[in-house]
Amino acid sequence: MQIPVEGFMYPNEVELQWSVLIVLYPFLTGLVAGAFILASLERVFQVEAVKPTYRLALLTALAFLMVAPLPLQLHLGHPERSFEMYLTPHGSSAMAMFGFVYLWYLLGVLVLEIWLDYRRDIVAMSQSTTGWKRLLYRTLTLGSTNISERSLHIDERVGWLITVIGIPSAFLLHGYVGFIFGSVKANPWWSSPLMPVVFIFSAMVSGIAIVMLLYMLMCWIRREAIDMRCADTVAKYLFYTFIIDFSLEMLDLIHRIYEADESFRSLDFMVHTRLFLSQVVIQILVGTVAPIGLLALTQVLKLADMQRKRIYGVAGCLTLVGIFAMRWNVVIGGQLFSKSFLGYTTYKMGFVAREGLLTAIVLTVLPFVILWVLLKLLPPWPEKHPSTTSAAASAD
Amino acid sequence: MNITRRQMLILLPAAAVAWDHILAGTPEASPNYNMTDHWWGMLIDITKCIGCGSCVRGCQLENQVPDGYFRTWVERYHVADWELEYPKVDSPDGGKGGFPIAKEEGGKNFFVPKLCNHCADSPCTQVCPVGATFVSPDGVVLVDQKYCLGCRYCVQACPYGCRFINPKTETANKCTLCYHRITKGLTTACCEVCPTGTRQLADLKNPKDPIHEFLRTHSVQVLKPHLATRAKVFYYGLDGSVR
Amino acid sequence: MKKFKDAGHLFRMAAVFLVGVIAFVVLRAAFVPRSFGQYGHYRGKAIAEIAALPISYAGHQVCEGCHTDVFDVKSKGVHKGVACESCHGPLAKHADDPASVQPAKLDTAKLCVRCHEANIAKPKNFPQVVAEEHSGGAACESCHQPHSPAIVAGGSQ
Repeated sequence: MQIPVEGFMYPNEVELQWSVLIVLYPFLTGLVAGAFILASLERVFQVEAVKPTYRLALLTALAFLMVAPLPLQLHLGHPERSFEMYLTPHGSSAMAMFGFVYLWYLLGVLVLEIWLDYRRDIVAMSQSTTGWKRLLYRTLTLGSTNISERSLHIDERVGWLITVIGIPSAFLLHGYVGFIFGSVKANPWWSSPLMPVVFIFSAMVSGIAIVMLLYMLMCWIRREAIDMRCADTVAKYLFYTFIIDFSLEMLDLIHRIYEADESFRSLDFMVHTRLFLSQVVIQILVGTVAPIGLLALTQVLKLADMQRKRIYGVAGCLTLVGIFAMRWNVVIGGQLFSKSFLGYTTYKMGFVAREGLLTAIVLTVLPFVILWVLLKLLPPWPEKHPSTTSAAASAD
Repeated sequence: MNITRRQMLILLPAAAVAWDHILAGTPEASPNYNMTDHWWGMLIDITKCIGCGSCVRGCQLENQVPDGYFRTWVERYHVADWELEYPKVDSPDGGKGGFPIAKEEGGKNFFVPKLCNHCADSPCTQVCPVGATFVSPDGVVLVDQKYCLGCRYCVQACPYGCRFINPKTETANKCTLCYHRITKGLTTACCEVCPTGTRQLADLKNPKDPIHEFLRTHSVQVLKPHLATRAKVFYYGLDGSVR
Repeated sequence: MKKFKDAGHLFRMAAVFLVGVIAFVVLRAAFVPRSFGQYGHYRGKAIAEIAALPISYAGHQVCEGCHTDVFDVKSKGVHKGVACESCHGPLAKHADDPASVQPAKLDTAKLCVRCHEANIAKPKNFPQVVAEEHSGGAACESCHQPHSPAIVAGGSQ
């Protein structure tokens, strides 16, 4: 393998172990956790203003969660053995909890909450649609067509409880990934108690940003006016969460520079050379400082609706780029330097390969395709027309 | 005692599972080898290493190690003066073909053979999600080739860089301390072919093992002691610049 | 019960979950490897599988069993600590069936320099030469007997 090495690396370290797919996985679960937290803002914390994004946030979380195991399966040397994590999970390994946390969050939190919130619509559609759709909705009703006031009230209470449980579950779903990195004492770029916290806050930032963007996009597609009170509130939460996230990352950086332990010189050199573009330029300047600055403008100045919409759009996109860059810098950055602190290697990312860039792109696009299907099957917003099927047909 | 049908339905499968466990019994290890009698380690004497690379070649031949990956390797250090922080290190093809003539003159120059340290508090076994890598009862860190998923977490967690993924089996691979040899009374391949006695297998539970005496009477080090891995590969004559 | 009158759908969902949990438990019992947990959190059989891997190096004690003449010469020289297979390569197959596998003839011009070519990193007291200056590329065995390489007065051996 002709991988260019600068300085000295232990012979087995030259080839990177975790590829762009392992960068993608925390990005996807981060979006899931963040979207769910936004949904919980309305459900648990009574932030009425963001209600228009509630169902969209849940469906977004589901779409991304369904794709999340795929980068992991494609990365494994033996994906056919991945069920072993269910058979013999190793209690001391943070990675072992993936299977259970994933299943719990998917079925016990997301699917349950979506089902309870949509049940009235599901029952209605099971009676008004025909063909395979009728069969689908009938299956989803589990045979119960009770949508009396009392049953809906029970659904609401149980849904509230699930959301309350769902918040720490969302933190666990994404926080454990941070712990997977943060608990590796062999790697000083990763080893830090701040890692799970930074992962969670950056997840919230990315999740809020993507729901904000999708909401604005969906309104534009449906030719509906954007509820500016909703958009402003979502942007406000994005702004505050981003400040916390940025502060945490700066704290890690300042602490590192100040303590300057044995790994510092090597890591510092790496950030100034191999990681300069992805860390300093893309993650910090373009992906964090710029969106925070733009959002700050909307908080400080009185801007017209159109200007705010444009800023939210740009800030949202930059945020997603920045958070992806953060995952890249953690995962790839942590493997570019030698554990001897004497050298650096290069990440050779293939394109059309099992763990290549094309695969990563497909896996990033796939959740949007799934979301599109979900939006068709479980429309988040009451349609203008009296019948839901004609609205679905006209949108086709 | 009246066992109802329902109770039988629960008892029978449980009994079948239990019986299978009993039948699984002890593995067919070498007849005289008792795992609990041994606690394996190694002693490496830096003052004797000549960087010939015989150990690297021997290991590759004994264990079918693929080219480009190393279960053991040799590093050459050049320490210019008092700055222990900045040694110049090289390991061309892991030292398999020996080392070319060094350009640097002066300073301290020496070879350091490295391998899996078979840590008693192994961080690689800690992170394995399914229990495919483990510390055997006789202190050897092994990988179950039939169970490993190839998730590569153990490779990340090893502070010494001794693990790799075998491209043929797509599973984690590393030095097994030639477990298939030491359980039959032989020594490891690398110790066997080392011409200067730099590498010596040590049974830390065997009071008659000559390494015991050596460990008691000489100053020895382990690599990266601050990581508290309780490594069992001991180095004699290890310079402070060694990473 | 009146309290649960309108919660039928929840019971149905709970039943679906219960079926899933039971299926999980049954499948787990069926698929966990038998020897797992025998010695620790791993497949106990793996230890035996690893211990049964094939051996390539016979070990010098095995060589000495047959080649006693070489052993006599070697044990008196400075190469007494050098294992036979260190130079001759892995020969377990030859030890098992000597007639079937003949060890290759070694080229001392290339073999000996692997250890004895001068290198600044080698211990000072280790015998090393710059081969070009020392012998001009001639095979080492033209002067040194590999099993006992010291040159005594009057020529080799």
